[in-house]
Order: sequence, then structure tokens, then C-alpha cells
Amino acid sequence: MHKHDLGQAARKFAKVCEILEKYDYKSDKLVPILQAVQEEYRYLPEDVLAFIATTIDISPARIYGVATFYSHFALEPKGKYVVRVCDGTACHVKGSNPLLSEIRNRLNLPKGKTTTPDLLFTLETVSCLGACGIAPVVVVNEEVHPLMIPGKTTKMIDEIMEKERVCDEQFA
Amino acid sequence: MNSLLDLNAIKTDYQNRAKNVTRRIIICAGTGCMASGALKISNEFKRVSTLMGVHIETELKKEENNYNLLTGSGCQGFCQMGPLVTIEPEGIFYVKVKPEDVSEIIIETVLNGKPVERLLYKGNISGKSCKTQQDINFYKKQTRKILADCGNINPEDIEEYISRGGYEAAQKAVTEMTSIDICREILNSGLRGRGGGGFPTGRKWLLAQKETNDKKYVICNADEGDPGAFMDRSVMEGNPHSVIEGMIIAASGIGADEGYVYVRLEYPLAVRRIKKAVEEATKLGILGDKIFGTDKRFTIHVMEGAGAFVCGEETALMASIEGKRGMPNPKPPFPAQSGLFGKPTIINNVETLASVPGIIKNGAAEYRSIGTKESPGTKTFALTGHVVNTGLIEVPFGTTLREIIFDIGGGVTDDEGNLDPEGFKAVQIGGPSGGCLTAEHLDLPLSFDSLISIGAMIGSGGLVVMNKNTCMVQVAKFFMQFTQNESCGKCVPCREGTKQMLSLLEDITEGDADEHTLEILFNLGLAIKKASLCGLGKTAPNPVLSLLGYFREEIETHVMQQRCPAKKCKSLLTPVVIEEKCKGCGLCIKKCPVGAIAGEKKQPHYINEALCIKCGACIEACRLDAISEGV
Repeated sequence: MHKHDLGQAARKFAKVCEILEKYDYKSDKLVPILQAVQEEYRYLPEDVLAFIATTIDISPARIYGVATFYSHFALEPKGKYVVRVCDGTACHVKGSNPLLSEIRNRLNLPKGKTTTPDLLFTLETVSCLGACGIAPVVVVNEEVHPLMIPGKTTKMIDEIMEKERVCDEQFA
Repeated sequence: MNSLLDLNAIKTDYQNRAKNVTRRIIICAGTGCMASGALKISNEFKRVSTLMGVHIETELKKEENNYNLLTGSGCQGFCQMGPLVTIEPEGIFYVKVKPEDVSEIIIETVLNGKPVERLLYKGNISGKSCKTQQDINFYKKQTRKILADCGNINPEDIEEYISRGGYEAAQKAVTEMTSIDICREILNSGLRGRGGGGFPTGRKWLLAQKETNDKKYVICNADEGDPGAFMDRSVMEGNPHSVIEGMIIAASGIGADEGYVYVRLEYPLAVRRIKKAVEEATKLGILGDKIFGTDKRFTIHVMEGAGAFVCGEETALMASIEGKRGMPNPKPPFPAQSGLFGKPTIINNVETLASVPGIIKNGAAEYRSIGTKESPGTKTFALTGHVVNTGLIEVPFGTTLREIIFDIGGGVTDDEGNLDPEGFKAVQIGGPSGGCLTAEHLDLPLSFDSLISIGAMIGSGGLVVMNKNTCMVQVAKFFMQFTQNESCGKCVPCREGTKQMLSLLEDITEGDADEHTLEILFNLGLAIKKASLCGLGKTAPNPVLSLLGYFREEIETHVMQQRCPAKKCKSLLTPVVIEEKCKGCGLCIKKCPVGAIAGEKKQPHYINEALCIKCGACIEACRLDAISEGV
């Protein structure tokens, strides 16, 4: 490897090293380590996982096993806005399915895909957010939207798209 | 010699400072009210009071007199009426407060102690306004013990918790009681695990107490994964110190020096509050190397889950803390013998731990005075679904479903949310591991054992009320889909069995079932219950088995007559043209992919049932709503 590449690699993994340092390179802290990595990159890149495995001396297979077991971890990049439709019992009986299909239509997501090609949105369901008193609930990143009805969700997505469009124009 | 921590001094100091406050404004800052805009209300109070020159502080002051205090609280349980604002000492209780209401509240209530009539809760039947929480049936009919301080105190202020007698029980346990006494007291109280199983907590503790080991652990299971349940979230958000106090007592009881709180990451607010509570308790010396000034050590780590329902199972939870895939292990050995990192460990649910301080403080006998003989104490339930008042409630064991749904919940609603006195169909209790109860069970006193005897379980305490428009097969399918998704895949009965049960249920809703389907479903369910490794699999068939028991007729109608009485299974519905509405425009004829619709122009059309594939394209196409979903 050229010296130049090494420097780049070190920069790339600098943040990961910080995280590993924080958790004392302990393999039993794997779940919080991966959480911190995902927070940083918005997903778990393959080379980062391999780097962690070598550094804390566990097999890449074990990391892969853990990363695929928990639904929170993503092996592919997630969108800037993660839209999570709660499909807990209370939200389900109060109509979360129509909300899901409405958002899916608005984002033009083909079957089997959860992230839009421009990496702006990821659409997921979550089993319960514990906000059943205000069901049905949709969460965008950390922001909870209570008592959603079809129509309101489209408006919500449109507002985000508009905000992003304005941002882009300012940049351009 | 160490000097003991003086809780009394903190308590008196707080109470003295609190005397100088004229009125206290409490804004509910639970997940529900936050989502409805509680933060905006709080900011508006600060902004408007400054403009008006009204003295409002956000924390207790040492020197000042005659000012008003503004604080947040944990979940008050009445989420659907949020944001909630309470003004003390009058206890005036406002619902659905908007930022533009704030100045009126300041003028009328904060300055003059008078209620603002239009912001009070109005009884949905009587229409009468209720001035305080205690005037509202939703609160009046409850017995709030665990939730007593949730919604009153500021969860982010440890001193307020102490001012109400908090940490006295833990101090007593650490400094005055032997470990065996603590375990016996809990055993005598009859406290049973609130996480679902109902195992006697004292027995669990005694098992771990007996073990001799240099290291033991206490784990608080806050991985509340049951969809439709949010009791643990509310306790952690509203009174996190009660959970920590319970953990300290548990640690003293078994001789542990390290603890974990395992919280779902779907509960960011609960995570933040419990972390803050641990920090504050450590600062005061209630946690750390010398707890309460003794030589005993107890530290707590907060760990966030990563979205796996099965981690609510104790052995899976421990695997997850150890940095592995969260898969369960066979028992024995029980965690009390060989748990986290192979050391003796007790795992208790949030609500169980929050019940502990009260027992140590007031004694086992007092605890037993509420509830039933086999299930003493109170239980929190998350009341949701088609019911007028949804929210978090707490009642003594032995309360009937009728009291919960009709007195506290205010009755059943139709799909639009209006009261429907005849609407009750079923209530789902215990989430994906529980079962459905029907009208015949409305007067059954709720307890761990009474529910098991009818094939359901209390589970963690989710109560989802369903009205008569709910299709029970769809409900069973929903839960089966959930457990199928969440099955960890370690044991075959659960991994493959739930998949088969789900596809059999799909056969029923798609109209592909025959007379054998129900029998296969029943036998498969029993086999999964018997053969699965952990609680997830052992209870996964419950929703389906209770459906087969209590809603046999409805499910048979699906299979034999290919009909869904609640009109929710699309594949069993043949669209019908409503002749009076149809103008014969021919649009549906064009849209029908199989040519099943015919008719003369300007004459009502008709659908050929034999050809119809029930795709619904005609219903969508019709501009006059002249095609109904059918029968």
C-alpha cells in the first residue's frame, strides 16, 4: 500500500478508532460499538466492520452475525430522513397500513426497496414506539408525528422535499 | 469511618425551598405530549411570562420568594388529550393546550387561581367540565401506586424524588437489613414479575442470594417490545429514580455490585431520562463505590437494545449485553445460578423493580392489602385501540375488564372514534403472547392465574380494545406476522412453525382454506407451544389458539362460506354495484382487468361473480361511489 493510501485509510478509520477507544476495545461492547458506528456513517460499511473485527480480535463472521441479527443495523446506506411508520397493535387497528402505502406511493418506492435512489428517504416500519395513546404514529428521524391520517402523511413528505429543494437551490 | 448520606437534610432543604413557590405549572413531557407540542407550550410560558413581567422560574431557588415554578413531568397517562398542563396547588388540569392559550392561563390561573373553563376536560357523556384530575373518571377509578409520582414530579430532579421519601427504602436496605431479610420481605409481599410470566420475585432473588460468587449482577429488563404496551416506557420517563432504587435494593438483596438497564432504542426519551437519573444518583453517592456512605459498591450501566423483540427474553437479553446475537439459551441453568458472563444474575422488569421500594418502606403486609391473594398489588395497563380514553392506567389486581374498559376507558368507539355502546367485540391482552377475551370475560377479575385458566396471559399489560368492525382472523394474522418476523431462528418449532401458521392464516383470509385448515392450525399451535425453546415460541400460538376457541364461528364463516363478517378480508369480498347510485358510465367496465362487469350505457351495471377476481379496481375507478366492497 502506498503511503498516501495509508494516510487516507487512517483518516477514514479515525472516527472508528475513537469509538473503539471509548469502549476499551472490548468485544462484549460490540452492540454499542456498532450503534456508534452507525450513528456516524448512517449504516455499517463492510470495510469498517472488517477493520473492527481485526482490531478487537473477533472473526468478521461474528460481527456480520450480530449486524444482521438486530433490525436497527443497516448494511446499506439509509436515507437522510428515516421515516418509520409504527405498526404496533394500536397503530395497526387504527390504520397504519394505508399510511404506509401512501408514503410508499409518494416516494415512488418500488417493491422490495426501502430507500429512495437519491438517498433522501428510507421508509421502515417499527413494531411499537410506545406512543399508542396517540396512534397511528409516524416518526421522521426523532420527530414524532401523532394521530396521522392519509393526506397528512403526503403533506409531511412534501414539506420535507420542499425544504430540501430550497436548500439545494441555495447551494446552487 | 464514613458518614452516612443524610437524605433527610436534602428532603428538608427541598421542602423549605418549595414553600416559597406560589404556583407550580406542570407540563406533561411524556412521549405522547411531546409529540403533541408540549415543548412549544413550555417555551411559550417562558416567553409570555417575561413579556408580562410574571415571575416564573424553571428550578427551585434558594433565596427567592413568591415566584412561580415551571417544570416538566413524566407521562400522566392521558396521552390522547395532550398536551396536558396542571397548575398546583389547586390541581387545575388543562387538556389539549395550544400556545395561544398560554397568556390566558397565566392571567386567570397562575396569577388569580381561577380555572379557564374552555380548557378543562369535558366528560364525554355528561359534558360536565372537570376541574382537577380527580374529577375525571379516567383518573378517579384508578389506584395509582407505581404511577403515583409519574406525572407529578420532575423526573430530571433527584432532589424532588428524595423530598417525597425517595431512596429511604434503599438506604434502609443497604444500611439496616441483611440480604436474606430483604429477599424474605419481597417473598412475603407476594410480588410477582410484571414482565409477563408472573414468577414470584422473592423466589428469584433467594435463588441468587444463595449462590456464593465474587460477582453478581442485577439487570433491569426495559426491553418492552410487546406492540401496544408502553407502561415501562412511562415509568422510566416519569419516575426513573424509582427503578434505580428498586435495583439498589435488589443488589443488596443478592449481593451484587454491578447492574445493567437494558432499554429499547425505540424509547429515546426513556434512555435519556434513565441515563440522567443514574448520573445524578452517582453524583450524590447513592450509586458508586460507597453507596449511601457505606463500603458497599453498586454501579449501573445503561445499554440500548438494537431492535430485536426476542431480547426481552432474559437469556437472549444477556447474550445481547455480552455482545452476541440476542438468542435465547435453554434453562436450566437459570440466570440466578449462571447468568450474565456466567455469573449469578437476576433480571427484573421495570415495573417489578419500581414496586420494590414501596414494599421495603411500608412492609409486605401493607403491599398485600391491595389486589388478590395470589396476585397482590396493582398492575399498570396500556389501554389502547377502539376505546374513548386511551392511555396508561393502574388498577389493583382483581379489577374486571368491564371496569377498565367502560368506567376508566369510557366505553368502546366505532371506527370514526364516536362512542358506540353496542360496539364491544373483544379485547386483546398480553400482546403477541396473550389472547383475545370476549364479552363473556368482561366480569372476570384480572389476575395472573385467572387469565392463564382461560388461555390468555397478563403479559406485560397491553390491552387493545377492538370494536365489532374488527376481523379477528386479521388480528391473529397480525400477531403471527409479528412473532414470525421476530423469531430468532434458533429452534425449529418456532422458526418454521410460526411460518406455517402464518401461511395457514393467509389461506383463510385469501379464501384458499378448506375443512382441514383449522385442525392443522390447532395441532401445529399445540406442538409449537410444547417444543419451542423460549417464551417467545412457547406463547406465539396463543393469539391463534384463543381465536380458535372464542371466535370459532367467525373463523368458520371465513373457511366454509368464504365470507368475512367484518368485511376486512378483501379477497373474500365480491364488489357489488349499488343500483341507485350507478349512472351507467362504463368506466368500471373499462377498468376491470378480467371483463367481469357488463351493462347497458346509462343503465346500472352488474358484476359477474364467477369471473370477478376481487381486485378492487372497479371500486377505485368509480367516481360516484356506486360500487361497494360487497359482502
